Amino acid sequence: MIHILDVGMNHESAEVSLRESLCMHPDTGGRVSTWIREEEKVKEGMFVSTCNRVELFLTTEEPEPVQRQALALFAELGGRSEEEFLRSTYCLKDEEAIRHVFAVASSLDSMVLGEPQILGQIKTAYAHAARSGLTGTILNRLMHRAFHVAKRVRTETGICGAAVSISYAAVELAKKIFYTLEDKRVFLVGAGEMAELAARHLQSQGIREICVANRTFKRAVELAETFRGRAVAFEEIVEELASADIVITSTASVGYIITCEQVRRSLKRRRNRPLFLIDIAVPRDVEPSVHSLGNVYLYDIDDLRGVTEMNLNQRRQEAIKAERILDQEVITFRRWLETLSVVPTIVSLREKADLLIKAELKRSNGVLERLSSPDREAVVSLVRSVAEKLLNDPILFLKNRAERSTIHRYLDMTQNLFNLNRDQGLRGAGGPGENPGLSHGQE
Amino acid sequence: MAFTSQAVFYYAALALELLATAGYLAYLVRQEKRTSAWARGLLLAGLVCHSLYLGIGWYVSGAAPVRDLKSALSFFSWCVLFSYLLFEQRFRLRVLGAFVAPFGAFLMLVSSAMPWLLVPVKPLYKSLWLVFHVGTVFMGDGLLAVAFGAAIMYLIQERAIKKKRLGPLHSRLPSLASLDTIHYQALVYGFPFLTLGMLSGSLYAQSAFGRFWQWDPKEVFSLITWLSYAVLLHERLAAGWRGRRSAILSIVCFAILIFSFLGVSFFMGGYHSFESLEAPQGS
Repeated sequence: MIHILDVGMNHESAEVSLRESLCMHPDTGGRVSTWIREEEKVKEGMFVSTCNRVELFLTTEEPEPVQRQALALFAELGGRSEEEFLRSTYCLKDEEAIRHVFAVASSLDSMVLGEPQILGQIKTAYAHAARSGLTGTILNRLMHRAFHVAKRVRTETGICGAAVSISYAAVELAKKIFYTLEDKRVFLVGAGEMAELAARHLQSQGIREICVANRTFKRAVELAETFRGRAVAFEEIVEELASADIVITSTASVGYIITCEQVRRSLKRRRNRPLFLIDIAVPRDVEPSVHSLGNVYLYDIDDLRGVTEMNLNQRRQEAIKAERILDQEVITFRRWLETLSVVPTIVSLREKADLLIKAELKRSNGVLERLSSPDREAVVSLVRSVAEKLLNDPILFLKNRAERSTIHRYLDMTQNLFNLNRDQGLRGAGGPGENPGLSHGQE
Repeated sequence: MAFTSQAVFYYAALALELLATAGYLAYLVRQEKRTSAWARGLLLAGLVCHSLYLGIGWYVSGAAPVRDLKSALSFFSWCVLFSYLLFEQRFRLRVLGAFVAPFGAFLMLVSSAMPWLLVPVKPLYKSLWLVFHVGTVFMGDGLLAVAFGAAIMYLIQERAIKKKRLGPLHSRLPSLASLDTIHYQALVYGFPFLTLGMLSGSLYAQSAFGRFWQWDPKEVFSLITWLSYAVLLHERLAAGWRGRRSAILSIVCFAILIFSFLGVSFFMGGYHSFESLEAPQGS
């Protein structure tokens, strides 16, 4: 019986220093690959290592010793004691492991629920393992299912929906006001780091122009250059208010830089085009009463934090929906695993038929020679289709019963009926020691 | 015979449009593409039945099927739903359906509660003028109903952003800019229809009564409605009124419109009144 095993640790089970210890060595991945390849008890394997988690997915027939060996490997690579790893890792088997793979790929197990990077990291790790020939039927299928589950979770639940970082929240709000940001002007007042980040997000949305004002003009020019925007003097703020659509303030000033009166006066010149002010500065740069003006929206850092907090709660709600999807998918996958036990028998049935056809055709070669080429082909295809039709029912019978506990009786019977075991060294006769997981390329 | 098939189409339209409304509301809650596709399909089917009902009514009586309140409401409903479908097609915005379709279905529901009109058609009504007058007026009303729906959505969305309470409705509603555009487009297309409807009405009156204008209550209120919408559009174009203020004014204008359609008929009478309301007085 083949088992799926996952030995790993994440941001909850292990502290940073331990997770880091496995990343210290530049060739950790290579050494784990070598171990997977050389360790006899391990059939397939795949290693994922990110800053928040380490996962070693394996298939094996002897989970207990392999788990111990994996921990020993971690200890060796990380230069820490085995006990330390034993305390901080989880070891999941079969259904739990399947579920965990799905959860990790869907970002349900991430520190920031629903963050999109983890799926890409897993895809890269899988591509690497598959290229090195470390994965086989089971892990290939498992990972493809995991990508499918992740996609389902992403599209069917809102887990990746609303922004959970301040700068993304600002961009999303801007979109809810302006719909498209493509023809919009952004005005940066002050050159704070977070303002710069928000401006970068906005720029990736294709805004038309970024304009920067700063107390030290030189810094404004520098920043404007990185955005390919333009710099204006601090005194021109009022002037710029009339043409900007999105204003981001982040100065260290104690008093208000933008007052309600200034904005009110600019409104007429703006012909009531909406104005979105994002005040990231503490103490605040924009007079709060600006928010009460028509078509003007002012969000300060606390407001944005409130938005992200709410969005995170929303994601937690959506995670419950995602769990249900996972439940379904784990059941589907487990069923598929069970059907695997019939694969070797079916393969050897087909191979036997193939061998017989080849042998018989060879024997009749003399007669066949005399036929014209199309006739010969017709005979060959006739023989093949008779064999196929004959095997079709037994194969269907086996497939339909693959999930039942009595399947082994049927497998035995099939092997005896068709004399599959004693045949001329056919591969994969479906004996108890046979491992379907290693028969590559059956899927 | 024709009357019964007419009734069948009428009730089929009513049922389908109510179901479509339920579909659009379900889409607002669940946000599944499939739901909105269903709602749209139901609405289309409903409109087909509705059109057949109207067509048969016209064919059988020889006059536009708007002589009584029942059929006038049903025609209004048809115009609202038809305008909505045009906007859905244009803006690919299905959430709008959750705000406009209920209004259309509601009109139809009220209409279904009214008695069927069985009095013979006055020759006055067997005129293409009536078709043109009522057709343009109601098409304008339908488009302005879409503007009304967009205005309500705008106010909800604007309030969420102003109050900084970005709940589930906020994420489902489109951006302020989109809503403002839809609102404006509906106004810009609805208003000319309303204008045409009033002009054709006055020409119809000239040909029927020999007078363009006779201070009938409905005429007066229609003029008030027209003037309010004219102010709204003018302020928008000339003074750059947009957003909240223009949405509120649009809602007020639509309330006046509804009053001049229903209120005047119920409370003030006049020659615009529907025959089913006149009938008991034995006119």
